[in-house]
Amino acid sequence: MKKITLRVLIGILLLFWAMITVTPFFYMIMTSLKQQKELFTSGMFALPKSFYLGNYVDVLTKGTFPCYVGNSLFVVGISLFLTLATSAFAAYPLSRFVFRGSKALYVLILAGMAIPLHATLIPVFLMSKNIGIYDTHWALVGPYVAFNVPMSVFILTGFMKGIPTELEEAAEIDGCGKIRTFFNVILPLSVPGMATLAIYNSVMMWNEFIFALVLTQSVNIRTLPLSIWEYQGQYSANQTMIMTALTLSSLPMILAFVIGQERLIKGMMAGAVKG
Amino acid sequence: MVLQASSSRLNKARKREVMLTAAVFLLPALFFIVVFILYPVVHSFELSLTSWSGFSKVAPEYVGFANWKILLSDSVFWHSFGNNLKIVVLSILIQLPIGMALGFVLDLGGKKLRPLKIAYFLPYLMASVAIGLLFRYAFDPYFGIVKVMMSWFGKGAVDLLGHPARAMYAVIGVICWQYIPFYMVYFMAGLSGINTDIYEAAIIDGATKSNYFWRIALPLLKPTIKHACVLSLVGSLKYFDLIYVMTGGGPVYSVNGVHYGATELMATYMYKNAFVTNQMGYGSTIAMSMFVIITFISASTLFLINRGGDRP
Repeated sequence: MKKITLRVLIGILLLFWAMITVTPFFYMIMTSLKQQKELFTSGMFALPKSFYLGNYVDVLTKGTFPCYVGNSLFVVGISLFLTLATSAFAAYPLSRFVFRGSKALYVLILAGMAIPLHATLIPVFLMSKNIGIYDTHWALVGPYVAFNVPMSVFILTGFMKGIPTELEEAAEIDGCGKIRTFFNVILPLSVPGMATLAIYNSVMMWNEFIFALVLTQSVNIRTLPLSIWEYQGQYSANQTMIMTALTLSSLPMILAFVIGQERLIKGMMAGAVKG
Repeated sequence: MVLQASSSRLNKARKREVMLTAAVFLLPALFFIVVFILYPVVHSFELSLTSWSGFSKVAPEYVGFANWKILLSDSVFWHSFGNNLKIVVLSILIQLPIGMALGFVLDLGGKKLRPLKIAYFLPYLMASVAIGLLFRYAFDPYFGIVKVMMSWFGKGAVDLLGHPARAMYAVIGVICWQYIPFYMVYFMAGLSGINTDIYEAAIIDGATKSNYFWRIALPLLKPTIKHACVLSLVGSLKYFDLIYVMTGGGPVYSVNGVHYGATELMATYMYKNAFVTNQMGYGSTIAMSMFVIITFISASTLFLINRGGDRP
């Protein structure tokens, strides 16, 4: 009897927590499907009378939203490619070769994780102004790569250490140089680790706010997180429109999660270990 | 003899190849780290010793440690630091236990509870900016969810974000909403690291699930818990996005003619000084002091919690 009551109690608590997490999403999506005047006549949590898609059409065709999505895709695409390439290159010698200073270099790269980005913000801003990339997509690429490389190197070094050395020895006997061994043996075998990192890093970069806020200014350059913030200034009275933009901007990340659930979680755990 | 000589030559050639490959392969990573992280930190420190508006035509004026002296007696900065500490304490007290409880139940529930796991994880996937905006509307005293909920209890509108005494706690509530999923998954990972044999052995020996949790899982999770505390601590000390979007550091109130932001944090205060009022020198001082504070607090916490050894 006591066991059953406990089970029921836990069930109720779980459902209660589900309500706490889901309610804001429910409110966001329901509002995005309502017409503006409907918001005032029917209640906050009422289902929309007819699923009105006009807001989605408006956000996707009028205004600057599509441009922001393009900017985000461009910046995240390039930064992600550079992050993965740079980290894979760095992880190879760090996981495979023993040479003087290898430990020190590893520590130096990992030290990047311990530094709060605020301590770099002003100089990075000044640097981008000095070399004339302020307010371009390229201004964001450098810091995005730099702040994601340390953790990626950490994960990939661990991953590459797990690849058996016999394969490389075989390749070397067959006359492969170190560089060819990397491209033909190590890199293909590291794909699962890279996939984890790709999902994790793209979520981080897609949501990044402070560098984008400081390093860009123009409407046609800024990325998605800034756009939704600016939407609020532009359409602050138009709640349905803002909720639509919020829904659309979170959609890719939610999809990424549904597709790569385990990988994303693995990436986050590995990322968390950085401390 | 001949064989030995050729093998040592081969060895040398190999060594050279290794060094060369290592150098070439490490170069890009070092470039990014040095240019965008290490050099900026040094430059930040240099700037913290100057008074500068940030306009490149006027050179920064060297003022020594004047900015640092101002910072020590800047009550707004220390007030912001206090707000950061509030987030630190409440985050650890709220997020970790709830995250652990959810993680434990989901871990025991297995596949059955998968839909719940997905639902629980959703908040962590949204951008902080999106969460901030969403809750700004949800907390709106006239149109938001809060108003509707208060009306169920027959109460009037409550202004959460516009009220200096409440704003901080409202924001911390949202921060918890955002980060509990993270700690949930974090503890799930920690729990899955415990050998299933241990669980089975305990159950066979007649332990109940709550026995298992308190007597076995919890002690074994000690390293995970310590780590989660440090993570939460560092994260709370550098918090920025959500508060910037939700309140901008406000609402502002004055005590003895000094204006304080009820939710001002070190990071928002630094941003305002450097990029709104164009005091690059003082902004850098705040940034560097964040660096010092975060390094000091996390290092001493790590030292304190590891003093007893990392044994479970």
